Amino acid sequence: MIDRVALFVTCLADTLFPDVGKATVTVLERLGIEVVFPLEQTCCGQMHGNSGYPGEAAVLARRFVEIFEEFDAVVTPSGSCAAQVRKHFPELLDGDDRGVAERTWELSQFLTGVIGIEDVGSTFEGTVAYHPTCHSLRLLRVEDAPLRLLRAVRGLELVDLPDAGECCGFGGTFAVKNADVSSAMLDEKIAAITASGADAVCACDSSCLMHIGGGLRRRGLPVRPVHLAEILAW
Amino acid sequence: MVGRKPGDSWLKPVTGAAARDARPESFPQAAVAALANPRVRANIRHATTSIRSKRAAVVAEVPDWDLLRIAAAAIKDETLTSLDAVLVELESSVKAAGGTVHWARDAAEANEIVIGLVRAEGVDEVVKVKSLATDEIRLNEALEGAGIQPIETDLAEMIIQFAGERPSHLLVPAIHKNRAEIRDLFRDRLGLPHLSEDPAELAEAARLHLREAFLRARVAISGANFAAADTGTICVVESEGNGRMCTTLPEVLITVMGIEKAIPRFRDLEVFMQLLPRSATGERMNPYTSMWTGVRQGDGPQTFHLVLLDAGRTRVLADPAGRPALRCIRCSACINVCPVYRQTGGHAYHSPYAGPIGAILEPQLAREKGAVASLPFASSLCGACYDVCPVLIDIPSILIHERAKVVARERAGVEGRSLKLLGRAFATRAGYERAQRLGRSFQRPVTRDGWVTHFPPGPLAAWGRSRDLPALPAQTFREWWESRDDRA
Repeated sequence: MIDRVALFVTCLADTLFPDVGKATVTVLERLGIEVVFPLEQTCCGQMHGNSGYPGEAAVLARRFVEIFEEFDAVVTPSGSCAAQVRKHFPELLDGDDRGVAERTWELSQFLTGVIGIEDVGSTFEGTVAYHPTCHSLRLLRVEDAPLRLLRAVRGLELVDLPDAGECCGFGGTFAVKNADVSSAMLDEKIAAITASGADAVCACDSSCLMHIGGGLRRRGLPVRPVHLAEILAW
Repeated sequence: MVGRKPGDSWLKPVTGAAARDARPESFPQAAVAALANPRVRANIRHATTSIRSKRAAVVAEVPDWDLLRIAAAAIKDETLTSLDAVLVELESSVKAAGGTVHWARDAAEANEIVIGLVRAEGVDEVVKVKSLATDEIRLNEALEGAGIQPIETDLAEMIIQFAGERPSHLLVPAIHKNRAEIRDLFRDRLGLPHLSEDPAELAEAARLHLREAFLRARVAISGANFAAADTGTICVVESEGNGRMCTTLPEVLITVMGIEKAIPRFRDLEVFMQLLPRSATGERMNPYTSMWTGVRQGDGPQTFHLVLLDAGRTRVLADPAGRPALRCIRCSACINVCPVYRQTGGHAYHSPYAGPIGAILEPQLAREKGAVASLPFASSLCGACYDVCPVLIDIPSILIHERAKVVARERAGVEGRSLKLLGRAFATRAGYERAQRLGRSFQRPVTRDGWVTHFPPGPLAAWGRSRDLPALPAQTFREWWESRDDRA
């Protein structure tokens, strides 16, 4: 049984969505897990790697490994950052990731798969649609882990999101390099969210939620973007 | 009435998309025009949605689907890593069966070979089986330039040819056209002013036109889905039977195939014939699979030429990270699930290979130069393509690899300089925390009540066209963590 984890909060949550980090700490500590936050941590290099800068990405990957290799488990509230570590670190580091890749977990996978918990004892009043972000779905294969956690939340009504597995159009620098196509993809995602009748849309990645949330607000829609950790911390 | 004589120039000069290809736009530029066409987008959304669900249903029936994918990838990799030997074996098998083999380094050489073969027969028209390789080398334009009229006989390719356009989908080239447009084209090109848009009537008009062409033609040109090196057998997979007409009726058959279409053994087809129809059209089996081995006296074409096309493939082969793109069997499953293609259709890619496979193949074939350099970035890396690929091409990883090749080739712009700067800053805790503090000070004039209110030109403006952006909060997570530690 793992009773101590390192939190990799991600540069995005650290800087722009600190509440997601705080919620992750709340959930883990409520389950009796000691959370360590190495202050040396910065960024996993996903944006660099995916944008065509493998040299910069490798420097950040090497750094990440040095900071986190002493821990039995690293937990992060981001499907895409977890995927960067698990899938891309071994390639970027020529296999020398010192086992950090396989010990790094996206939050929902850690809770359901590693420590085997679905009910984290939270309560959330509201109708929620779950958007499975692309990298948690297709790179990490979290499958229904987030849904099992959400179903166990008291007061929460889970509604179906039509075409849930479709990308929201974020894709990192894709959102600005191909802004028109990205926006058209977002239009479809927002139409699906609206059709679901949910008052909140939940995901396991702050970046996708920033995209969806930014689109919802621009369109004056009252649906609230909320990270899985924030629901589980309630 | 199809009253025009063969060789009459009944096709208008190529216009539209093809004319624009002279100076192709980058993908984001071309996408603007595509996005502004709601009818084309609706057609594409409808067609891809329907093929996707058909595919998913028939794939789910195959219990060993993932094992078949592994086998197919292994056969293709075996071929690619011994392609020199496989191609020489294919050549000798085809020769032994009475065929002739030609080697073409590039598009120009392939076109020259084909034109020479057609001229030697003394004809000025040829019938064509749907073929991506000949789209790639622009054989039709080359033939027309040499006074030879190519007649596309695949229904959708015929429509595209009538319209003077380029295909917008590997398998369903006229996916962007609806019935009324097709009726108008047929009225104009086939001289049938009273044609209705009833599908049966349209099909009958095409059938009459094509049957005349089949009976008249002395030379046919095809591509190849597979070519078995051990037997010299060429295989073409299709739905309409028009391809079968071309491969059986004329006296001379010329096949143009990319060298990566070879497979070592005839029995390898067992694997691919289970994967291809299900992945492509969502059918358990396609209606027409034509196979021929050289020539046979008194049966089918009496002269057979195989043109083996390189056109950049050996260069792709030399890059182990990009090489799996050559496994592609052109099923188009990746295109049908791609959320980017779904918005833009195929023309924005300026390549016969649209969608995710086009975004990794075309830049490699064209040395990442010019407008094709934008293609690896035309993806959100959502990964839906990899999930459906029957030969397990990790398209997202190759997209990333191709992006790095483009970045390494081009001079760093604003994005490049910013990312490099950020990379350096994030390499130390001090640099990272300084960047966080700087961000907070710089944002003051452009934010209010927790949201960005003014988007400066560049990436932020591109974001801000359709999306709001939260401002950086007063306290970072790490600042909160340290304050919490202080309290503890």
